[in-house]
Amino acid sequence: MKILVVDDEKDVQVLFEQRFRKEIRNKEMEFAFAYSGEDALKYLGDLSHEAVLILSDINMPGMSGLELLRHIKEKHKEPPPLVMMITAYGDADNYNTAMKLGADDFLTKPLEFSLLKEKLKAIH
Amino acid sequence: MSPQLQTISDLIKNSSGISDAEKESLLKVIKEADKNQAMIQFKLERIEKDRNTLSVMLQESIEDLQKKSLVIEDANKALTQTLEELRATQAQLIQSEKMASLGELTAGIAHEIQNPLNFVNNFSEVSNELLDEMTEQLEKGNANEAKAIANEVKMSLEKINLHGKRADGIVKSMLQHSRTSNNKKEPTDINVLADEYLRLAYHGLRAKDKSFNAALKTDYDENIGLLKVISQDIGRVILNLITNAFYAVMEKKKLHTQDYEPTVTVSTKKIDNKIIVEVTDNGTGIPQKALDKIFQPFFTTKPTGQGTGLGLSLSYDIVTKGHGGELKVETKEGEYTAFSVILPV
Repeated sequence: MKILVVDDEKDVQVLFEQRFRKEIRNKEMEFAFAYSGEDALKYLGDLSHEAVLILSDINMPGMSGLELLRHIKEKHKEPPPLVMMITAYGDADNYNTAMKLGADDFLTKPLEFSLLKEKLKAIH
Repeated sequence: MSPQLQTISDLIKNSSGISDAEKESLLKVIKEADKNQAMIQFKLERIEKDRNTLSVMLQESIEDLQKKSLVIEDANKALTQTLEELRATQAQLIQSEKMASLGELTAGIAHEIQNPLNFVNNFSEVSNELLDEMTEQLEKGNANEAKAIANEVKMSLEKINLHGKRADGIVKSMLQHSRTSNNKKEPTDINVLADEYLRLAYHGLRAKDKSFNAALKTDYDENIGLLKVISQDIGRVILNLITNAFYAVMEKKKLHTQDYEPTVTVSTKKIDNKIIVEVTDNGTGIPQKALDKIFQPFFTTKPTGQGTGLGLSLSYDIVTKGHGGELKVETKEGEYTAFSVILPV
């Protein structure tokens, strides 16, 4: 399963590679990283991408995660990738907006990786 | 005629030693004297009446003045009290302006701390897992594997340290802003100060308005060195200018949804013996009619409840009176605003 992680915090890449090291080693999961909403759209615009799940931060300079979510849900319909929002701004407003825009799940930072792993396994 | 004059007249009339012509002359004089006396009597009576009237009027005036004096005294007391109240209100307003900008930041800061915490929590859990793996490898006798894992643990610990310090920095900035200024000028890195407040203002606004996004550009002159300033005060000035800049680009974005990239730039430079901090935005600009008033206390173009109208006025005082500097503005309505804080070295 290929997962695109979108976050302007660059250490997120190191963190995901560490926390999913076993899954990556066993080739159960593959991760790609984008550091902005714009970069994520560029990545998804490439038809050869195989990402089935996008984990996106919300607060990023430039395009926000919610705008990215709207773009993905509007433009990438065949097949529609799942989008899970991961944010430090886990208030009701953000949650409701994300859900209205079609988010498939909503997690807050500090992220519980055990919970994320369970969710990813359920999708897998 | 008075009885005395009548007696004299009778004596003259009956006197045999005086001629008729002399009698007539004397009686004429007495008649004249009588007339004069009656006139004087009349005048005296009038004067007496006037005096009484005046006395009454004077008494009334004195009473009136006394009453007025009491009223003035009361008014004076009320004015003194009002002045004291105004002074207290002014101090409160200054404090509330400070706390309002802090309040705007607090939500942002609280969220901003979650990001470093995310790394601290997760890298520490990773370190724990890695140490278990390392023990396993050591038990198997795989020294090289164990060494590789040890390196990963080291990297995780470095990340914990880095993000722990980041959270510490965020909290310190907030405390620094809320603390009362000690009015002491201390050598300050203006670049660090500007950057800190740029981040705080940005995250503060993001916490309030999720749809808000702006490109942040910075251009810091690394050679400006340290400058002796009251850092909390100059921090407040920079924060006010940046918050205003973000507000201006947000307002413009409401009108231009397409083809508009909200941008806020913070730069520093040193020219001659002056350090200049410039905050520029490509927002709504300031209309000419408002330009003369922007540094006046309580002037605001923001809707009621959204601005105290004290931000720029306090900033102006801090820069000019507090630091002997200048606060200048250049703007074009609908296009941009650039504020320059010019501080003498």
